[in-house]
Amino acid sequence: MTTSNTALRRILALDAPTLAVDFFLFALKMFLLFVAVWAVAGTIALQVAGEGLPADAWRDVVVGGLAQGFMYGLIALGYSMVYGVLGFINFAHGEVFMAGGMTGYLVADALFDAGMWESAFLLAFGIVLLTAVVSSSVMAVLIERIAYRPLRGAPRLIPLITSIGMSFFIQYAVRGLVGESFQTFPQLPVGLQERVSILGVEIEGIKLFVICTAIVSMIGLWAFVNRSKTGRAIRAVSEDKEIAGLMGIDVNRVIVTTFAVGGAMAGVAGLLWAMLFRKVYFLTGFLPGIKAFTAAVLGGIGNLVGAMLGGVTLGLLEASGPTLIGGLRWQIPAWAGVAVSIIAVGGVVLGLRIVRRAEPGRLGAGLGYVLFGAVGLVLGLLVLPGSTVTIPGAAQLKDMIAFIVLIGVLMIRPIGLLGERLAVEERV
Amino acid sequence: MSRRINIFRPLGVLLIVLALVAVACGDDDAVTTTTGGGDTFTPGALGYIEVAPGAPLEIRALQSISGDTSFLGTDQVRGVELAIADYGDVAGHSVSLGTVEDDLCSAEGGQAGAQNILAQLAPIAGTDNGFTGPLGVIGTTCSGAARAALPLLSAAGSVLISGSNTGPSMTQSPFGTAGENYAPGYYRTAHNDLFQGGAVARFAYNVLGVRTVGAIHDGDPYTDGLATAFADAFTELGGTVSVYTATIADPGDTDKTAVLTEVAAGAPELVFFPIFQPAGDFIIQQAGGIAGLEDVIWVGADGILVDDFLAIPETEGMYFSGPDLRFGTNTSLTGKSYNDFLADYEAAYGLTPPAAFHAHTYDATVLLLSTIEAIAFEEPDGTLKIDRQALRDALTATSGFAGVTGTLSCDAFGDCASQTISIIHHEDPSDIAASKANVVYSEAAGVAAAG
Repeated sequence: MTTSNTALRRILALDAPTLAVDFFLFALKMFLLFVAVWAVAGTIALQVAGEGLPADAWRDVVVGGLAQGFMYGLIALGYSMVYGVLGFINFAHGEVFMAGGMTGYLVADALFDAGMWESAFLLAFGIVLLTAVVSSSVMAVLIERIAYRPLRGAPRLIPLITSIGMSFFIQYAVRGLVGESFQTFPQLPVGLQERVSILGVEIEGIKLFVICTAIVSMIGLWAFVNRSKTGRAIRAVSEDKEIAGLMGIDVNRVIVTTFAVGGAMAGVAGLLWAMLFRKVYFLTGFLPGIKAFTAAVLGGIGNLVGAMLGGVTLGLLEASGPTLIGGLRWQIPAWAGVAVSIIAVGGVVLGLRIVRRAEPGRLGAGLGYVLFGAVGLVLGLLVLPGSTVTIPGAAQLKDMIAFIVLIGVLMIRPIGLLGERLAVEERV
Repeated sequence: MSRRINIFRPLGVLLIVLALVAVACGDDDAVTTTTGGGDTFTPGALGYIEVAPGAPLEIRALQSISGDTSFLGTDQVRGVELAIADYGDVAGHSVSLGTVEDDLCSAEGGQAGAQNILAQLAPIAGTDNGFTGPLGVIGTTCSGAARAALPLLSAAGSVLISGSNTGPSMTQSPFGTAGENYAPGYYRTAHNDLFQGGAVARFAYNVLGVRTVGAIHDGDPYTDGLATAFADAFTELGGTVSVYTATIADPGDTDKTAVLTEVAAGAPELVFFPIFQPAGDFIIQQAGGIAGLEDVIWVGADGILVDDFLAIPETEGMYFSGPDLRFGTNTSLTGKSYNDFLADYEAAYGLTPPAAFHAHTYDATVLLLSTIEAIAFEEPDGTLKIDRQALRDALTATSGFAGVTGTLSCDAFGDCASQTISIIHHEDPSDIAASKANVVYSEAAGVAAAG
């Protein structure tokens, strides 16, 4: 009795806006979770019932998602590294990526005309890769020298805005140089167009090529950052610029190296992108740039492994999201409705306990449990059984689905999947 | 003191509002102008346009002349220019096209373009409903732009004649009633996609013998309208539409795994995707990478029936529907046949037409000019007066009009085209000209699906 009186007094003492926001966030989480569970359970159920995608199609979804995701990951590395050492988001990074694709196209097209693209593909690819990587690196270093170094001491917002300006400048400079139309990348050699068998799984040659190249690049980067002397300097600078300087590290040189390495990764991604989709133009970097930034945040900005993981997660979500949301057309059976009701009752009990314990920070969630438990009980018994939702043109919603999932993940874990660190501070 | 002002202020506002309402509702009736010659000119409810002696008669073009679809609009602007040159003076007045407005192939562009054109209409002092300025608009290129431009132009009493809008909703619904976006004053000399979609469905069902199909659009009114018309017609024939979905038109959306997987899940024998570049390129290039789509027959429409797309190796074996451009010896009332037109086009612009609707736009322009000439009232001093309601009525009454695209007759909703749809089979990406001439199916209609 006394406890609940205290609880009531605490609730009344809380300011309403805070409670409302807590409650809203809780409601949003619950809703997303509910839809996600329904979609995934529905997809599995439909699959079991033989109404889902054939196994071959799932294989292609996963391979397609991985290829796309590894490219996002490669771009995301650049965002993450720059954030790690300078603490701001280099929004011109998407254009560094585009520059790699565009240079790759220009060189590949010339080699194609010369006949080398077909006859000596690996050598030709090596040349194209080298030019793409060099041009992207040079561009990233120039951006740093021209646009960011003069602003080193300025508040973080200033270089951020400058980076957006740089982004526009590069886009329209490329438009002026190459034109606004799409440039068509040369047809790939026959070997890459066909499917390759890996452990009995038939994978499209080009996607396998993209995935392998990305993995090799990433391992190279990881080894560079973690095993080399320069890599150690980068980690030191990302931990504390001033102390690193006092220890005899040339901070400017480390920052330039970071831009160059991030640019090189974007260059690899740009070339792979151009090879896979065979179309590049001056705005090619915009959308992948934004998405890779999101991937970096999802994985934990500043965290290299996180950037890769975030990229792959985003790629897989984009490829499979519409199919998963198609799982909502699964008619919810009665037993599932009952299960929801039982969980809902559990939610009410849990909510009441939280409210009784009256921890100020968790009151919103406690009330949410109670209310949603009650709603869930009614829904589970009366509305859900037999319910089915069909979303027309779900493929058009793929970005929306992917980003909603990302929002959901970040609501639960705001620092990203692996946390925000380029270097782990080691203290003995 | 201040209280008294507060009481009177609302009263004053009310009086002003009442006065404005009175003016607005006042005299909209026809004004009779009596001329010295004894003939009378009686303008209808929409007023009239006056062209001073010696002044040019103004018409305007609203076409997509920038961006990805500029090749479509530019092609049509040339059709308008050649038509004006061939038709010559209208009742002794030269014709001025003014500045071509850009429809941007979007609703925003269509709206802005229509506003710019309407801003050039100037009331004539001392008359109630006389104006100087543009008599009509040739456009738009894209149906999406027309949907935004039409309400403005229609409400302002103007006419909009398109040589390339094929989206059904501006004229009629599949049930023979006014379409969702119908407004008076709209006409088109291009086919209606209700008919094109039906023709593709009949080709698929009757000629190719497929029974399960899919359709992909991109949310744009043209693509959605055409895909829907196809799906409806195919279902009516007794076939199954196992997947009807949409992709993202944005050029930044390069990975089409999601939409292709959705299509594969429906296991269609044929997929109709009447969309644009570059989304169409990504779809056809990536289709081979999704299991279950190996044997699908891909059919595109006039939006991707362009050389760039046909040159993609993966397009081999595709079918394309579009307006039949084999106009033969049809002769426009300007005396030109399609071959004469092509010769003039090349002589004037140094290239062959890059898109499909130049001839339809030529006919649209000649139709507008000849109709204006037929109803224009000439004052003794050479002043020309054109009644705008009469212009609409005369356009709607068009019948047996000789155009290079065929004989045009307008129905009550503004569909005027001599509709013939042909389907080509694209057998060799390295010989585009041969593919374009490889017509495997052709269908002509009077008025599409009316009733």
